[in-house]
This record gives sequence, structure tokens and C-alpha cells, in this order.
Amino acid sequence: MLYREAGQFKTSYAADQQLFPIRQDRIGVLLLLAAAFLAVPGMASEYWFSAILIPFLIFALAALGLNILTGYAGQLSLGSAAFMAVGAYAAYNFQLRVEGIPILVSFALAGLTAAGVGVLFGLPSLRIKGFYLAVATLAAQFFIVWCLTKFPWLSNNSSSGVISAQKVEILGHIFESPREKYLLVLTVVVLMALAARNLVRTSTGRAWMAVRDMDVAASVIGIRLMPTKLLAFAVSSFYCGVAGALYAFCYLGSVEPDGFSLEMSFKILFMIIIGGVGSILGSFLGAAFILLLPIFLDVGLPWLAELFHLPFSTATVSHIQTLVFGALIMFFLIVEPHGLARLWQIAKEKLRLWPFPH
Amino acid sequence: MKKSFKPALAAVAVSLALISQSAVSAEEQFFPLVSYRVGPYGANGQAFYGGFVDYLNYVNMKEGGVNGVKMAWEECETEYNNAKGVECYERLKSKAKASAGPIHTMSTGISYALVDKAAADKLPLAMMGYGRTDAVDGSVFPYAFPLVTTYQMQASAIVRFIKDKEKGSLAGKKIVYLYHDSAYGKEAIVALQAEASLNKFELTLIPVAHPGNEQGAQWLKIRQEKPDYVIFYGWGVMNQTGLKSAQKVGFPRDRIIGSWWAGSEEDTVPAGDAAKGYMAATWNLAGKSLPLIADIEKTVYGGGKGNLQDTSKLGTVLYNRGVSAAVLSVEAVRRAQEKFGKGKAMNGEQMRWALENLNIADARLKQIGAADLLPEIKTSCANHEGSGKVKIQQWDGAKWVPVSGWIEGNKALIHPLFEASAKQYAKEKGITPRDCSKEKI
Repeated sequence: MLYREAGQFKTSYAADQQLFPIRQDRIGVLLLLAAAFLAVPGMASEYWFSAILIPFLIFALAALGLNILTGYAGQLSLGSAAFMAVGAYAAYNFQLRVEGIPILVSFALAGLTAAGVGVLFGLPSLRIKGFYLAVATLAAQFFIVWCLTKFPWLSNNSSSGVISAQKVEILGHIFESPREKYLLVLTVVVLMALAARNLVRTSTGRAWMAVRDMDVAASVIGIRLMPTKLLAFAVSSFYCGVAGALYAFCYLGSVEPDGFSLEMSFKILFMIIIGGVGSILGSFLGAAFILLLPIFLDVGLPWLAELFHLPFSTATVSHIQTLVFGALIMFFLIVEPHGLARLWQIAKEKLRLWPFPH
Repeated sequence: MKKSFKPALAAVAVSLALISQSAVSAEEQFFPLVSYRVGPYGANGQAFYGGFVDYLNYVNMKEGGVNGVKMAWEECETEYNNAKGVECYERLKSKAKASAGPIHTMSTGISYALVDKAAADKLPLAMMGYGRTDAVDGSVFPYAFPLVTTYQMQASAIVRFIKDKEKGSLAGKKIVYLYHDSAYGKEAIVALQAEASLNKFELTLIPVAHPGNEQGAQWLKIRQEKPDYVIFYGWGVMNQTGLKSAQKVGFPRDRIIGSWWAGSEEDTVPAGDAAKGYMAATWNLAGKSLPLIADIEKTVYGGGKGNLQDTSKLGTVLYNRGVSAAVLSVEAVRRAQEKFGKGKAMNGEQMRWALENLNIADARLKQIGAADLLPEIKTSCANHEGSGKVKIQQWDGAKWVPVSGWIEGNKALIHPLFEASAKQYAKEKGITPRDCSKEKI
């Protein structure tokens, strides 16, 4: 009943083609955005901003980038963290070396730099597929981290290779407090997520999906494989690059190449697998699951242990957390292999019939 | 549907309640411990934080705290992961408003990420033997303290040790610097280059990629170069591999001098026979026979309050290092109380002042039984390091034996490097450095 679409008539092309065709969805998204922009900044504490919300948004953006490549265009990649590193270091260098460049411009340029590097490492995808491509993108992961360590120019000859992000200043206003940084990250992420939602339903997006489902058939119906695949790599790396720049400038403040490890790439891959491959919403749900669950377990377990008078040390909690986390991943993959986004879809269908299922 | 939501909501409510929990009571000195005991370097963390917590317990049990203020602490597990470290810091921060001991992360990456945050939150960040070394210049980094000594000063001290061994001249000698290719290994390069041009020895840099469990090519190169000495900045599994590879190519182990992260029992015991004769720098000696360590074993472990589950770690280099970190932290609490009121808990700003005005003489160290755990320390606004001295120890096949007294690095050569680097940082970040001559004591 809540989700009944009956009575919603589309009378124009514009109405038929809008981003969220169902009225309930539109209201829901607007409410969510209003909450994120207006309610959350007033309520959340500093801890929530800098330890939970900002990393969640940034990783959701990176997962979104990978989801475009893997979920929509069907090209498996293990180099997302490396593309984030490119973005972080590029943004740092643009800020450092170009006098008076606006920070948002250097974020965009960082994304473009990452896109360029992404295209380069996307070239093997024209010849190889599936797991073999994953191994080829692994090369990106190792090469980029090696490159950033090897050439001191990239980190402004810092003796340690660590870069320290400059101030975030837009139109004379310095974004310093976690709340301001949250709002900046939120704006960027919302805009890019809406752009992604738009992109995947254009002819480009449909070409990606055609290539994903069967590339031979796609080329038979006239989709040129090379530009399509490379564009997917470019757009995906652009998203990862911007996420990397935000990671350095709005989250950690200082980053080192080793921080963008293979482990982080895997984490982003797990986000889209848990969240839902080929779904914008899935990227956000996956990021929330992978990032927030360990924190909740970490905070909740000692409390539970105290309740039942169990002698838990922080190390034990950490072990149990890994255990529970692993078990939950398996549980979700068995119960719903299509990810959390699919669960939401099922819920939506149930809500359409509720309270009179037949 | 409704049913399955309940536990989830409860969990959220619980965590909210925990996060918003109020700060500890004012009669306790709170130490936010951003620690790690699991993960790839968990073994190191267990020993270090075990020592740290044991000493805090020891102070509580032995003298009832500092002037009646008991030491309190809470740990948060970082697994040596930067993002988790930041999360832990943010979580513990709210409890550290009323009183805060210095934060020891034992991770260069985490301390880099916390330098700006800690300064903004007015919480002192201690980096004993790791972290941002240019924070020695306190005019740019008021809240960061690379206490005791730094990678650069250590490198300089090692060069001095070699120079003494070579009867005062290094001209024409060859020294290879074999290092972990990360922030940690690279920091010392500038210092060694400065030493090389000053002492006219030939320096060859050979990096080892993380984790360093394969060093065949590097040691082959060392065999070709035939250096007089190898300075070895290794970490974790790289250390034992390096020693074994040296044995394989026949390079004498008593010509390899490691850093303090390459000089613990965890490094030499697995290398077995290959480690015999190997030397390493340290600022704290190992062993249970040191008076303070022996007393901790008697008081804390005798009283059943020991923090280590594996008591064989008691008295290892890293355990003693944890104790030395805690000794410094507690002495800083004492110093702060002298100025701001005895019997009160000290907040971050007061602790910052104390850390900047520490003056721990040998007599005081002897008094607490920590004479070989720490060198004398005297910090100031311009010098957050306070000592710059190390001892060289040698592995005799079963234990570490000190083979030198306290050796100080060449401060006149090294400290200007820190100041230059700090100045560059201040410029990048738009920080106006304090004027150290105007600081009140």
C-alpha cells in the first residue's frame, strides 16, 4: 500500500524519463537528502563526522566508481585503491604547484589524472577478460604504489614519502571543522552519485551493460568495444580519483603510498559484492556494511561482555569482531547473493502488496 | 520485519550511549591508549603496550598514583591501520577532555594522520622513536613530541659509533645504508648524506621493498660493493631475513648496525646463529635485571595485575621500551602537577607544557630504577626531542649486551635539517611558528 504506484500516470516524456519515476522514491530521496544536509549536521557529534560519516561517504564514492566498471561494464578490477592514490597525490601536487588553483578544480583535475591512468591500465581489457583482467589490474595496484614511493618529486621530496594535505579553502572560506568537511564531502558525493545514476541510463550506460552481458553480441549489434571499455575505465577511475582526493584532504589529512594497499582495493571490491553489483544504492549500502559494522561491533562487544561478566580484552574483541564480520559476509552471500540492494528491491516489492499479499 | 529490526536498533542505541559516555572523574589521570595487539605487528604491540600498562599499574599500586591522582586508561585496537587509528583517536578524544596523558600510537602512519588533529584538539602526541621527526622543532609543532631521539639523530649516532671504532676517521670508508623502503627507512637518508659529506665516507643506498622477506639481490650487491659497514633500518620480518642473507653471502655480522626497530629479541632469535655478533642501537636496554623491571615483576605480576598474557615477553627490548614510554609520560604528569597544582588531574594543554619542560636527570632515573631505560632528558620549545642519545648493543647469541655508553648524534648537523623541514611544513599549511624565546617556563 505504501508503495502503490497505481494512479501515478506519466503524461509527458519528461515525467516518464525522470531520475526517480516512482513518487514514493522521489519523496524518500528528498527526505534522505534533507536529513543528510539539514538534520545530521545539527545532531551528529565530532566523532560521528570524522570517524563514521566522512569515511562512509568517501568509500561509498570509491565503491560507486568500481561499481561502474565492474557492475555496469563487467570489467573486474583490483586497482581501485591505487586510483585513489593517484587522485590524492594529483590533488596535492596541483595545489602545491599551481599558484592559486581552486581546490575543487584540483579535485576535478585529480579525477581526470586518475582517469588517464585508468585508461592506460584498462588497455589490457581489450584482449583479456574475467579473472585474467583482474590480475592485469593488480599490476596497476603495485605499479602505482611503487611509482609514488620511487619518485620523490611526487611527494614534494618529503623525506618520508608522506604528503600532508593543504587547507581546503573555497571562496575564501576555510573548511576546517569536521562538520564543514562533512558537508563538502556530502555535496560532492551526492552530485557524483546523481551523475552516475544519470549516466548508467544513457546510451553509454546501456552500451556498458551490453558489453557486460556478452561482448561478442554487443559488438555484433554495433557497439565499439574499445571506446566503450576504455570509457568505463576512465569514468570509474575518475570517481576513485576524486574519492582519493577527498580521502586525503577531508578525512586523514596526510597519506602515504603504502596506505593505499591491495587490502583497501579488496575492501572496495567487497563493498560492491555485499552491497550489490550493478547498483548505485548498493555502493552506499556496501560501504556502510563494510565500514560501520566493525565499528559497531567494536563498541558494542565490550559492553555486552561487561553485561555478562566476560573477561574480554581489546585483542579478544578484535578477534571476535573479525569472526562475526566474516560470518555475516558469508550469511549475506548465501541468503542474498545479489547483495543488500537486492534485499531492498524485494522489500519494495513486498511493500507494494502490503497489507494484502495474495 | 518489525521483529528483526529490534536488535539492530538496540545495538545502535547502545553504541550511541557508549559514545556519549561522559569523561572520567577528575581525580584520575586518563591515558587514551591508541594501541594494537593483533594484526601484522601485533606481537610488537603486545610487548610495548604491556609494558606501558604495567608501569601505570605499578605507579598506582606502589605509590597510589601521582600525588594521589590514580592513572586510568582505555585501550582501542588499531591493528596498525591508519583509518582505524583515526577512528580510535576520535572515540577516545571525548573522554580525554578533563585529563589526558600523551598519546602513544607506536605507528608512524597513525601519528602522521594525528599530528594536525591532536594540535587542533589540544592533546599531546608522543612519538618515541617514530613518527614525524621534524616535530623536534616545537615552534611549528606545539603538540607533537618525538621524545628521546629520532631516526636522523640515531643514524648520526651510529656513524659516530663507527667513527670511534675506526679510530676517529671515516675518510675513504664505504658504508651501505640498507633500509625498509617506507617513511621509516627514508627519513634517515638526508642525515646520512649530510654525515657522508662531513666525514668523507662513501654512502650507498639500497632499499628493500616491504615486507622484505626476499633480500637476495640486495645482499649480492652488498657483496660486490664490499662495504666496511652496513647500517640496517629494518622492520618486522625484514630483520631476520637480512641477517640470514648476510650469513649466506658471508658478510660479517659484527659490521652490521641496526636501528632500534631492528634490535629486539623478535629479530635475532628467529635468525638463530646468523644473528650472533650483530649490533643495534637502542635507547633502552633489555633484561629483567634492571631494577625497575624487576620491581614491576614483583609488584604488579606478584599482585596478579600483570597485563601480559605471555610473561616471557617481560624484559624484552620492546617491553622495556613500553615501560620507558610510560615512565616519561608519568614523569610529565608529575611535572605538570608541580606547576598547575598537586593532586589534580592534568588536561592536554597542561600536559603539553610539561612535556615541553621536562627535565629528568640521571639522579631521578636512578631513583625510580630506570637508569638504563632512558637517557637524561631535557626538552624545550625549540627541542622536543630532549636527548638524541642511544646506546649500541650487541647480540651474543642469547641476549643483548650493551657495548657502548650513551652516544649523542651530531646535533649541530642534524637539527637544522629538522628546522628546514618544519619550516616547509609551516609554509605549506600556513602555520605561523611560535617564537620560542617568548615561551614562559
